[in-house]
Parts: sequence; C-alpha cells; structure tokens
Amino acid sequence: MQTIDMATAPLREVNTALQAQAAQTNQTQWVIENPRGAHAIAVGLDAPIEVTVKGSTGYYCAGMNKQATVHVTGSAGPGVAENMMSGTVIIDGDASQYAGATGHGGLLVIKGNASSRCGISMKGIDIVVHGNIGHMSAFMAQSGNLVVLGDAGDALGDSLYEARLFVRGSVKSLGSDCIEKEMRPEHLEILKDLLERAGADAKPEEFKRYGSARTLYNFHVDHAGAY
Amino acid sequence: MCGIVGLFLKKEDLRPRLGEMLTDMLITMTDRGPDSAGIAIYGDEAGGLKMTVQSETPETAFAGLDTALEAALGARVTVKVIDTHAVLTLPEGTEAAARAFMAEKGLRVMGAGAAMEIFKETGLPKDVAARFGIRSMGGSHGIGHTRMATESAVTTLGAHPFSTGDDQCLVHNGSLSNHNQMRRILTEKGFAPLTQNDTEVAACYISSRLAEGANLGEALEGTLEDLDGFFTFVVGTKNGFGVVRDPIACKPAVMAETDDYVAFGSEYRALANLPGIDTARVWEPEPATVYFWER
Repeated sequence: MQTIDMATAPLREVNTALQAQAAQTNQTQWVIENPRGAHAIAVGLDAPIEVTVKGSTGYYCAGMNKQATVHVTGSAGPGVAENMMSGTVIIDGDASQYAGATGHGGLLVIKGNASSRCGISMKGIDIVVHGNIGHMSAFMAQSGNLVVLGDAGDALGDSLYEARLFVRGSVKSLGSDCIEKEMRPEHLEILKDLLERAGADAKPEEFKRYGSARTLYNFHVDHAGAY
Repeated sequence: MCGIVGLFLKKEDLRPRLGEMLTDMLITMTDRGPDSAGIAIYGDEAGGLKMTVQSETPETAFAGLDTALEAALGARVTVKVIDTHAVLTLPEGTEAAARAFMAEKGLRVMGAGAAMEIFKETGLPKDVAARFGIRSMGGSHGIGHTRMATESAVTTLGAHPFSTGDDQCLVHNGSLSNHNQMRRILTEKGFAPLTQNDTEVAACYISSRLAEGANLGEALEGTLEDLDGFFTFVVGTKNGFGVVRDPIACKPAVMAETDDYVAFGSEYRALANLPGIDTARVWEPEPATVYFWER
C-alpha cells in the first residue's frame, strides 16, 4: 500500500503519482492522508487503482475519473466526481453542490446528503445518495440514474432529458417538464442493482420514478434507442 | 469570489486565542480574495465607546488626536494607534460629536461599539493581519473577509466588514442586484450608505431592521424578502453571530459546531485546523435558512 501525506506532499505530487499509474500497475492501493479540504485531489485518474482519502476534500475531488475507485472518508466540497467517465467514487459524509455534474459514466455513492444541483447535466453517470439532495438536482440531466434514499429539494429534474430519477422520500417540487412515471419491472431491476452496488439498505419497491415529460426538447420516440 | 471566516466562542477559555484562530482561517482564504482583507473582532469592553478610525496619512492625522478630540468633546479619551487605524475610547454619549469631529478632520470611521473593533485594508490577508497584529487579539467572536472585488473599487472603504450600527458588522460573498433601489429606501429611512458598495447596503438594511426592533434572526430573515442577488452573509452583533444564504445558494458555505465554538468558512479548508474539528458537527448551511447564535 502506498501512502501520501498531504501535510508534507504538495497536491501536484499527489496527483502526478496517482495519474502515473498504468492499467497493469502493481501499486493498486493508495492512501492520502491529511487532505484538510484541499482542492482537486485525485483528479484525472485513469487506472484500476483504489484511493482512500482520509478526511474531507475541497472543490472537484476525483474529477474526470476513469477506472479508479476513490473513497473519501469525510465530506466532499463542490463538484465531486465532476465529469466522471467510469470507476467508482464513494463519499462517506456529505457532498456539496453539483456532485457528479456532467458525469458520463461510473458510480458515485454519497452516504450522507448532497446539496444543490446534484447530478446537474449528468450524461450517463449513476449517482446513489443515501441521504437527501438539494434544489435543482438533475437539472438538464441527459442520461444515467439518480437514486435518492431520502428527500429531494425544489425543482427536481428541471428541463430533464432522458436520465431516470428514483426518490424514496418526498420531493419538494418537480421542475419544468419533470413528471412522476410508472415503475416498470426493468426499472426495479436497475434500482436493485444500483442499491446493491451502493451498499444501500432499501427496497426498490419503496421508490418512485421521475422522468421527462418530453415536451421541452425535440425528442422523437424513434430515437429512444440512442439514449 | 470572496472568502468569509467567522468564529463565535461559547466558552471563556478560548478567548485569548480568538485572533490567532481567525488569522489562520483568514489567510487560508487568500486565494478566494487577495484584493483586501478585514476583521471585526469583539474584544473586551472598555467601559465606554470604542471607535475605530482610519487614515491614509496616520503619522500626521493621529499626531495630537487625543488632545484635539478631548478639547472638542470636553471629556477624556484614549487613542491607540495601530498602523493606519486608531482605536479610540470615548465616554458614552459622545459618539455623534466624535463622528462629526472625524468627518471634519477627514478621518474615516470604520465602526464603533462597546466591544467591536474593525480593521480593514487593501492587500493580501496575511499582510493586513500582520499590520494590525490581529493574531494577538482576544475576544468573544469575530468575523473576517477576504475580498475579490466585483461591484466597486478596491479601496479601504470597499473592504469588508461593513459596520453601519454600533457593535454591528456584516461581510458578504456575492453581489446584490437591487442595491440602488434599496439604497434609496434606506436613505429615506435615515440609514444612508456612505459608499457605492452593494454590501454596505445590506449592512444598512440589517441595521435599519434592528433599529426598528427586529431581533437578529428576524433581520436576517428579511434579507431573503427584500434583497435580490447572490449572497452569503455573516453578521455580528455585540452578543450575536448570524448566517444566511440566498435561495439559489451558489456562494459556498461550511459551518462547524462543537461545545466550544461555532465556526463559519467559505470552504472547509478554513476550518481544518480548528481544535476538535475532527469530531465537530460539520454541515453546509441550507439555502434561504437563517442560523444565529446569541449569548
């Protein structure tokens, strides 16, 4: 196991070491100590490594992640896992605004609450929040799944495209063109898999599904397969 | 951008360390606001009124200030010069006369109150804190700000905190869009801002509401109705400390609370070195929600 202490190592050294790992690396386990809310920790990774950040992080932790698993034992600042492509990011505490924004793939798990704009413009990422999410979450979300075990704030899914939103608790209000939709067997399957992978103790049947009413954008059902 | 830090102590034993803790928090927020910095610190009450004044030519402006002011007020005063600022101690009931004296002499009043002192200047936070010796100051609570100017010029008077009432101060991250309209309304009410800065309008708004009998929580609640724009405000009064964010809540905020203190930071980084932070309750204040503590 490799350990880097940010009390002595500058951020650039941390990210250079992590970004240098290739697909066949033997150094698969990394621990980052004393993050103390620093910005841009473990960004741009592209190898199947596991990184544990012991503490809380600032802006943009694990941004643009590919393949790697990044586990933050504290809370994360704004923009965690922004534009993630693949891999897994797990936050034990809370996440600040726009968690998982624009993410193309991979799984983001937030064990506490996520604040406003969670999953804004998501493009294929799966996000599972054990707690609540704030206002304007999944704004213009294009594809992927957002699963919330707690409650959602105002204007959920405003101007939504084809992302699926699953909420167990209450929704304060739905945004423009976002509606509740029928939960079909295939959705229960998707939910079951995501809840399992996110270590969430909840039953798929407890959730409601929300999606786009498809009146705000130029959607044609013949193209549904493209999403 | 801009950086905000704040600390409200719940116990006496950390009082001597207030300035040291706030200084470290402030310096951590330098890259959010390297233009100017300021701190309002609620220290020991001097048994009268403390007035903090500022001059760009302190050598000449503060020379003989004590005797001239004593002659003008007909009362004993003390003057403690700290860099470009001086903290005056005046007998109660002399504030209006002292403010008139300062205006005549071209001295800028940063703030006044029984406990509050304000120090603010342009420059890097570490330099501003060192010039005023903030690190060695004690007190019950304090609020600091690092400024990246957007709405008005980088000047001493444009730096935060703004104080528009005795023992009241306000710092702001964001920008207000209806400050000209509010400035007219507040001017009619007798709470005219002195500068063109949008934040000072918010400070005057809070002062006007407190003067009308609102408590700190009600005054902060009013900002959500009456002020338009982006804001995270942190407000200090003689006994209180309050926080409010606008409903959109783009401007970041993190709070921490232990048995010893309540702390505010624009980012967690500002709180990372506080004692007991690892076991503190740390949370992001909710949008359009007022938080305040009073002792």
